[in-house]
Amino acid sequence: MNEYRDKKVIAALLKDIQTKARALSLPVRLMEVCGTHTMTIHKSGLKTMLEEAGVEMTSGPGCPVCITPNEIHEAALDLLTGRENLILATFGDMTRVPTRRGSLQTAVPAANSLMKIVYSPDESIDMAVRNPEKEVIFFGVGFETTIPAVALTARKASSLALRNYSILSALWVIPPPLRALVESGKLKISGFLYPGHVSVIIGQKPYLFLAEDYGIAGSITGFEPADICLAISSILDQLIQGKPAVSIEYSRAVRPEGNPLAMSLMEEVLEPKDAFWRGLGLIPRSGLKLRTRYSAFDAEIKYGLKIKGGSGDLPGCRCGEVLRGIISPPDCPLFGKKCSPDSPHGPCMVSYEGACLIHFKYRVK
Amino acid sequence: MCLGIPAKVVQIDNFSQGKVDYLGTLVRSNFSLLEKVNVGDWVILHAGFAITRLDEEEAKETLGLLREMAKTGLP
Repeated sequence: MNEYRDKKVIAALLKDIQTKARALSLPVRLMEVCGTHTMTIHKSGLKTMLEEAGVEMTSGPGCPVCITPNEIHEAALDLLTGRENLILATFGDMTRVPTRRGSLQTAVPAANSLMKIVYSPDESIDMAVRNPEKEVIFFGVGFETTIPAVALTARKASSLALRNYSILSALWVIPPPLRALVESGKLKISGFLYPGHVSVIIGQKPYLFLAEDYGIAGSITGFEPADICLAISSILDQLIQGKPAVSIEYSRAVRPEGNPLAMSLMEEVLEPKDAFWRGLGLIPRSGLKLRTRYSAFDAEIKYGLKIKGGSGDLPGCRCGEVLRGIISPPDCPLFGKKCSPDSPHGPCMVSYEGACLIHFKYRVK
Repeated sequence: MCLGIPAKVVQIDNFSQGKVDYLGTLVRSNFSLLEKVNVGDWVILHAGFAITRLDEEEAKETLGLLREMAKTGLP
C-alpha cells in the first residue's frame, strides 16, 4: 500500500493535475463530500499542493455527526438525564457534540442510568442481553456505510425478541443533500469527490443524476493520497472533454452495483423520511426510519419522543455554512478562539471527520 | 464515521461472526453483509462489520500503475 503514499507517485500525479487544470480556462473548485477525504487531503498536505496545481478543494456535508441537528442530540440528552435504569449506547464522537444543555459527556444521567461508547452496534445488543433489568437505547448515527449494520442490529433485536432494546436513529442518505446543494445555486463547484465507503454500499447509480441532469463531473474514490489524485485527474478529464460522469477510482473496494445484500437489508428494515440536516434544512427523503414491523424498536415511538424539526446551531456557530461549503472553517469568527478541539462550540470541531477539527489540526501556522 | 480499515479475514464461524487481522491485531468482525467471504480474503471493516471484499485483481492493476509512476515520474 506504500505506493498510494509514495512521494514520487504523488508528484507525478500532481504534475498531471496541474497540466490538465491549466488546459481549462476556468478556476477548478471541487467538493470532497466525505469527511474522511477531508482528513486525507489535509493530513497529507495535498490541500496546499493541489492549490498550487490550480485545484481548490472545499469540504462538504459528509460527516454524519456534524449534520445531525442539535434537536436530535437534545432528545438523546433528555433520555439519559430523564429516565432511570437506562443505558444509552452510541459512537464516541456523538457524546461530545455541544448543545444548549451541554453534551452527553457533561450530562448527569438519571439514577442508575449511564452512557456507554461503542465501536459496533452489535455491542449494544450484547448490553441489552446482559442487562435485562435495564432499557438499552442505541443512538445510531451514520450514512449508508453504517446504515446496513444498524439495520442488521434492528433485525437481530427483533429475532431475539428483545423487549428492553430500541434505536434512536440519526440515519442519513447522501444523494438527496447533494441535489439540494446543487439546486441552491450557491455552491460554485465543477465536480464532486464521492465518498468511497458510502459507495461501497450504494454503488455508482445513485449519483448519475448529478452528471446527467446537472452536468457535474465526479469520481468515487478511496482514502489514500494517490486515490484522491487519481479521482481529481479523472474529474479534470471529464471537464476537458465536456463529458461529466461518475467514474470509479476505488475499484478495489467499490463495484458499480454496490453491495446488493446490504442494500436489500436496508430496504427491508428501513424506509425513507423527510429529514432536517444541520445547515441544510429539510430535505425530502434524506433520512431513514424503521419500518412499521420494526416500530417496537424505534426509540422515538417507544418513548413518545417529540423531536422538533430544525437544524439550528448554537449562537455564533457557523457549522451550517461550513457544511454547505459556503465558508471555510477559518472564516468563522469563533474558529481557534472560542471554538477549539478542547472546547468545541459546534460539531464540526468535535468529530474526527469534522472540517473545523481537521483545519485546526493541520492548519498552516 | 465512514472510516473503514482494510483487514485480512482469519476466522469465520457458521453465524457469520469471526475475526480479522488488522496490522497484527485480531479484531472481532461480523460478516453478515457479505455473500461470499473466505479466510484469507481482504475486507474493509467498518463499525465491526465487513462491508466489502477487496478485489485483488483491481488492486494489483492500480498498484502496477502506481509503481510505474514511481519509477518513471510520469503519470
